[in-house]
Amino acid sequence: MIEKADQIFVLLAHWLVSFLPAVLQQPAMVLLGVVAIIVTFPALFAITVLLERKGLGRMQNRYGPNRVGPYGLFQPIADGIKSLTKEDIVPLSADAVVHFLAPVLLVVVVFMGYAVLPIGRNMTLVHMDAGLLFFFAIGASTELSVFMAGWSSRNKYSLLGAMRAVAQMISYEVPLLMSSVAVVMITGSLSLGRIVDAQNQYSYGLPHWYIFTPWGFAGFLLFAVAATAETNRSPFDLPEGESELVAGYFTEYSGFKFALFFLGEYVGMMGISGLGTTLFLGGYSAPLQVLGFVPSWFWFFSKIMLSMCVFIWVRGTLPRLRQDQLMNFAWKFVLPLSMLNLFVAALWRFMGDGLMRWGLCSAILLAAYVLMARVGLSWKHIGPRSYRYAD
Amino acid sequence: MLGEGILKGLGETARNFAGSFVSAERLTTVQYPEERVAPIEATRDFPFLVYDGSDWEKGLRCVACQICEKECPPKCIYIVKSTDKKPDALGKPQIYPVRFDIDISVCMSCQICVEVCPFEAIKMDTEFELSTTDRFGGLLYDRKELAKSNEYYHTIHPTEAAEVDARLAEEKAKADAKAKAAAAAAAAKAAAPTAPKPAATVVSAASTPAASTPAAKTHEGEKPEGDKQG
Repeated sequence: MIEKADQIFVLLAHWLVSFLPAVLQQPAMVLLGVVAIIVTFPALFAITVLLERKGLGRMQNRYGPNRVGPYGLFQPIADGIKSLTKEDIVPLSADAVVHFLAPVLLVVVVFMGYAVLPIGRNMTLVHMDAGLLFFFAIGASTELSVFMAGWSSRNKYSLLGAMRAVAQMISYEVPLLMSSVAVVMITGSLSLGRIVDAQNQYSYGLPHWYIFTPWGFAGFLLFAVAATAETNRSPFDLPEGESELVAGYFTEYSGFKFALFFLGEYVGMMGISGLGTTLFLGGYSAPLQVLGFVPSWFWFFSKIMLSMCVFIWVRGTLPRLRQDQLMNFAWKFVLPLSMLNLFVAALWRFMGDGLMRWGLCSAILLAAYVLMARVGLSWKHIGPRSYRYAD
Repeated sequence: MLGEGILKGLGETARNFAGSFVSAERLTTVQYPEERVAPIEATRDFPFLVYDGSDWEKGLRCVACQICEKECPPKCIYIVKSTDKKPDALGKPQIYPVRFDIDISVCMSCQICVEVCPFEAIKMDTEFELSTTDRFGGLLYDRKELAKSNEYYHTIHPTEAAEVDARLAEEKAKADAKAKAAAAAAAAKAAAPTAPKPAATVVSAASTPAASTPAAKTHEGEKPEGDKQG
């Protein structure tokens, strides 16, 4: 029974496919998986947008949308209809083809990332040995689409936003990769399925998630920071910067293309949350051994939604960074720490079991953190910029 | 320590988030169509015409002097004077507006018309739910739509309306005294054979705000010049 609940979607797919002739079964299976992903994550996107609007409202002591349907629950539907029926405006001087392709590329690329994510037990669309590499390669393509959007719009705000986006995404891609490489070093595999299997073990009823190790904890925090920046999410939302750049690279987009950008952004966030979950939070494994009876896919989705809630919480809390602060933070704080984290992960790997490695690894990371924060960021070239003629 | 501020901020937003569900005073939003805040007394949006008594057409205080029309910065008032005279609320024959239109889509709620009116005839309304599907005709108010009773004025701006009423009563008393004095003088002169002449003086003296009418006249005379210069 438990096994059936866990594998319900797999069994359902097999049952559906069994009606087809044998030749068609394999492609139909793949197609079903693709459709499932394309249906599920936009649905989650709708829920997330509602959560975000209501949650942010509560954080700012207001109600948030509460007019459409009971408690405003149908707000995403209303938003969807609105964006579908709005006029699609393409600026006269825009490069129409690239302007059209940019949102399409973003959405396609963002959905491709899900191909390698293990959503549940036996629920990976493509079992790829270098799944992590594929995810990052695909993820890097979002920069292209962002720049296409900014460049083709022929609008100074769009171009500024796109420039900022590219600078930011390239800067934060490095720590994002570096913090993930630590996991690869420990697991010895680029396969996301293998990484989850390595964490899906329990001692004393507690899971072997990488976040519960010193290097994993530091790696997760660095990964979270880099992922936030990578998805252009507040406080790193400079490319969009409503207050100074109107909407950044999608200023010139309206109607459904705008909605596609919106969708791409959120689905991308969910994708990177899924990757973070897979790398550090044990993927689809249960947080306690006794909870193992709950279906694996439930854990994956609840972990994703939980991290979306954290994204919303952070957005409701932090103001936007300045461009120089953003770059300083990436190159002078996050990157050195993630490189140190690689070293610590190596230490962890070769020191063998025992309290000794816990103490040493934690001490190195903590010392580095304090040192970087206290000394590094207060140093005049790293800290807040002072303007000579400001006073 | 780096990150301390972030944690503090996260704590603050979490407190707000949880608090907004338990304590109602955190949520300051007034959910408008269902809940309303009573407007403060100084609220104003668009002008209306005050009338005394129960019949709006008879009781209209406006005497079509057109000062407001000339003073209106966006020129949203349009007045057509009557050619005949009609007794106003006090029974005096007065010119009245045949047409008095205000285009509230043009009006900027500056209250200058109210300030220049010597007859306390135009006041600011508090009604703000004026949306209409007809953006031209629906927002152009004629004198019937603009006419509102003095009682209504008392309900929306009680203090101001009381002041206005006191001032009008005072002016009326003054005018009455003057009229009485004139009548007495006329009676004293009754011996003289020219009987209809004093009656005429009574009428001219009784035109209610005895002091302000000439002022209004001069104002009216000066303004077009100013317009040309501007």
